[in-house]
Formats: sequence, C-alpha cells, structure tokens
Amino acid sequence: MWYLCVFYHRLLDYRKPEVESLADLFGAFNDNHKLEWKLPQHHHPDSPFHFVNLPSEEIARNVANRSILVKGLYELWGEGNSYEELEEAIKNYPDEQKLPYLTSESSFKITVDTFGKVISFQEQNDRIRDLSYIPFKGRVNLRNPDHKFWLMETDDYGSNNGLPPVAQKRVFFGREVGAADRKLLPTYQLKSRSYLGPTAMDAEVAFLMANQAQAMPGKLVYDPFVGTGSILVAAAHFGAMTMGADIDIRVVRDGRGPDCNVWSNFKQYGLQMPLSLLRADNNLPPWRSGLKEMFDAIICDPPYGVRAGGRKSGGRKLLKGVKGPYTVPDDKRTDHIPSTAAYSLAECVHDLLDLAARMLVIGGRLVYFYPVLRDNDSIDTNFPEHPCFELVAACEQMLSLRYSRVLLTMVKTRPYTDDIAEAAKIRHLEFKENHLKWMEDGNLHSAVFSPADLQLGDTGDIKVGKESKPKYRGKYV
Amino acid sequence: MLSSNIKGVTSGFPLRIEAEKVVEKQVELNAAFLKNMFTKIEWKPFVDASRAMGYAELPDEAESSMLESDEFLQKFHHALLELHLEEGALVCPETGRRFLVNKGIPNMLLHEDEV
Repeated sequence: MWYLCVFYHRLLDYRKPEVESLADLFGAFNDNHKLEWKLPQHHHPDSPFHFVNLPSEEIARNVANRSILVKGLYELWGEGNSYEELEEAIKNYPDEQKLPYLTSESSFKITVDTFGKVISFQEQNDRIRDLSYIPFKGRVNLRNPDHKFWLMETDDYGSNNGLPPVAQKRVFFGREVGAADRKLLPTYQLKSRSYLGPTAMDAEVAFLMANQAQAMPGKLVYDPFVGTGSILVAAAHFGAMTMGADIDIRVVRDGRGPDCNVWSNFKQYGLQMPLSLLRADNNLPPWRSGLKEMFDAIICDPPYGVRAGGRKSGGRKLLKGVKGPYTVPDDKRTDHIPSTAAYSLAECVHDLLDLAARMLVIGGRLVYFYPVLRDNDSIDTNFPEHPCFELVAACEQMLSLRYSRVLLTMVKTRPYTDDIAEAAKIRHLEFKENHLKWMEDGNLHSAVFSPADLQLGDTGDIKVGKESKPKYRGKYV
Repeated sequence: MLSSNIKGVTSGFPLRIEAEKVVEKQVELNAAFLKNMFTKIEWKPFVDASRAMGYAELPDEAESSMLESDEFLQKFHHALLELHLEEGALVCPETGRRFLVNKGIPNMLLHEDEV
C-alpha cells in the first residue's frame, strides 16, 4: 500500500535509510515485500514529500512513530495541482476508505501545513472551511483527536530560498497514520545532560544511529568508543541492553564525580544501565578466543583525529621503533597508567571492521561515522569494505565546505571464517610495522584545517568565500 | 567473556574473579534477552564467576530447556545482570596478571611491556 511520507527538512541523506531500516525492523520485508519510493510529479529528490510502499498500516504506524525524521505517514485521500483538483480527487476516493474515519462517535482534527511559504491563521481557517464537501460527522478535538487529518500545500517558489526547487504547486490531503515523536529531542538534548565530553553525540543523530542499528528490547548493543555514553543512551531508550568500552579510564570510571559519570547519564533518563563498561583498547580487544557473534549491533563514532585523536596501547615502543619496551617496575604496577600511541584512522577502521565481523551475529549491524574530504562538491564513495559485510546505507552530513562525515550502516551477511581472521591478523601486523607511515597518510586533521587555497591552488578554481556558497543548500540542512 | 590478551599468553580464559566488593542492581527481567545470551555463554566459567562473587544458586550444568523454568530464568538473570563486581580483580589463569576492577570498571589495558 502506498503512503504519503512527509519528512522534516533536515539531514536529507538520513531520511530514506531511516524508514528502510525501521521497515525492516518491523517486518516489512518478511513476505518478500520490496520497499519502493516515488516522488510527486516534478519534485526534486530532496523534497520533503515522498510516497512509500509499505505492506500494512500497522507497519507504517510503527515505522513513523519510532522515526526521528518522518513528520508523518499519511493515507492519501487526494492530491492535485489546485484546490479544485484536490476536491475532485477526494470525492473520487472510495467511501469505504473514508467513512470509517468520519463517524459521529469519533473526534477529529484538521491541520493545515505548508512547505516553503507561510499562510495566515485566517487563510488556514478558510482552507479548512473549504473542505466542507467531506462529510465529517464527528466532534472536533484539538488536543487528543481520534483521527488527525492534514492539508498540506507547497508552492512553485522556484529555488531562491535554500529549498529544493519545485516546479509546480501541489496540494495533499490525508489521514495521519503515524508521526515521529520529536519530544524525545528536548528530553535528551545534550545541554541538559549531566556528564558530557567534547565530542558527545548530538541526541538527534544518536537516535538516528540507534534506528539504523535497529536497537530494541532483547538486543545487545556495543560501543567500543563509548566516551560519555551518548550513543548508548539512545540505544537504551529503545530498550536495548548496552555495553561500552573506552581506552580512557578517567572517562568511563571517574567521570566528574559520583553523580556525574556514564552511569548517571543513564540514571538521569530512567534507562537501563549498561550491562558493563570496560576500559579496553580497540586495537587489542580483550575477548576470549573463540568468542564470537556476541552483539546484535555495534554503534560508534570512532576517533578520526579531527576533533579527537585516537589512542592505542604501546606508546614509546611503537613510536621510537628501535627502543625496547619500557618495563614497569613491580612496585608501580597497580596504579600504572600505560602510555598510549596515536591511532591512525586506517588502522582504527580496520580494527573496527574486524571486531564487528567477529562479534556481530549474522544479520547484525555495524553503524559508524566515517570522515570524508569533499572535493568539487562531490565525495569519494570508496567506503571501507569487508567480506563479511554488505553496505546498506551511507548518509552524508556536511560539516564544512571541505569536510563531511558519512554514517555507514553495514549488515553482516557472512560468518567470520578462519581465512578472514588470518587476513586480518596479517593486516594488523602490517599496521604495527608501518605505524609512522599510516599516521602521516591518514592525517585528516591537517587536511581539514589547512588553508583552503593550498588545495585548490593549481586548478585556479577559487571557490572559497561567501559568494561561492550554492543558493540551494541541500545537504547543509 | 573476557580473557587475558597479554602477548604470548595462549590460555588467558577464564579469568578468575577476586571479589572485594559486589553490588546488586535491580534490573527488569527480559526473557528474550536471557535466551539470546544463554547460547553465547560458557556455562562452567559463568557459574564459577557467580560463585566467586558469592552467589551459589546456579546449577553445575545447564541446557537450553531449563530456560522454560521461571525459577531458573530468575537465577540466571540475577547472576548475569544484577550482580556487579564493584571492586576486585580479574586474574589471568596463566600468568597471574591481575586486571583490577575499580568502581565497577575492569581495566583491561596492557602495560607497555605486555603489548
């Protein structure tokens, strides 16, 4: 069945993958159903209006209610390029679909919504009054209606105000099946969270990550770079059991005192505490040999060295190469804090994929951010690959003109075999040997923060400055 | 599920628990989650671990059919999710290296000469 799917006009790349991931979670693909998308005529792909094909209203409701970016999924009663066309379409919509929602026992509410323009309260009322050809019998209830109807209008405003160009005016009328609960976002906003780090994940994005990971009760979700736990909080909100590790013991153990640490962040929202928090190094994970397929999802924001650099065990020995390892005196062993070495992005991603390949169940999901440099308005789409995984979504979020982060969602489709483990081990040793080389190659920090003209110099293409900012902002929103 | 990962150690599992302080936390029982975890756990070390933390109610052997019993589920749940090692250590069975547990966080990081 086709539903009108209207999105919030934010994080454009994340919208469809979220719906697809949730549709999968709620069983939309069980009977070989294929999810399809359509756009209204003449609409730009970035338009907030889409049509999506879902197998049942129940699934549609579940998807919309759990989502973050779906403003609403609607049973469309009619659409048209003008109000006359809309009236005709609604009149032609079969009565058996309409009448059950118009009975005298039920209450209802009509909301007028516009995209790309503003209309006055008076105009909204006039628009509602013009709908009198629909035989509403029930009472109006603005607070808590049984049925919500939406009249949505978008105009042919061209492409001058940062919105996706629409060639034609379009009017939609539909019954709401479900809508995102955006109240979650003020509840979980970072500014009211007690324990925060400099790179705590924004609540909205953390929820999107948890949705991509299909967190739900009965599942175990792991974050190897847990930090202050901002991503696991979102997974725990959806009922998943959580577990986290971090190399920095001060962050996971001490926080800022007894009531300001990772645990208190879960307590603050009445969430299930993490099953366990560890201090461990993703480069040398402490799992027993033979342990595999432990987690249902791994969600993380690895340190790529732009805002926070990664660290791994074995500082001096690795950095100086020739010098033998520092031997810790016996009397200092208990409280010794080992030195750590910088952790290159390439090595970090390799370790993460290997960990996920081993520790995820088949069908489990790895969801993580991956940084990319933008060049001439396009990005390199050679994302990391692994024989155990299929990439199901890559959602770009532009952070500056030259730098984006992409949320990658990978599903484990094949078991972790001895061959793969062996190949990973060889690669691990390679990283260890060429430590300095990898650090220089993967220095994203200097690429992001170096002056722009150094990069564009030889092409003579000066695209920096305010003028060059494209009028239509697309992925910037 | 943790093991000692010191370089050269081959049998770093299971880590022996030295408990100094154990705390209990109330956790809501989720049968689906427990059944899911049961298949991933090595029962013997798990029972030993719970005994080291002062909880001796678990049977020596268990099989998945026992998950149908509410009483067993309750005990398994308590041992798995409600018992937390707050202070103590995890000890490597081969080398005797002690991984300290402090404020509920096991410190699994290796020293420079162990990498």
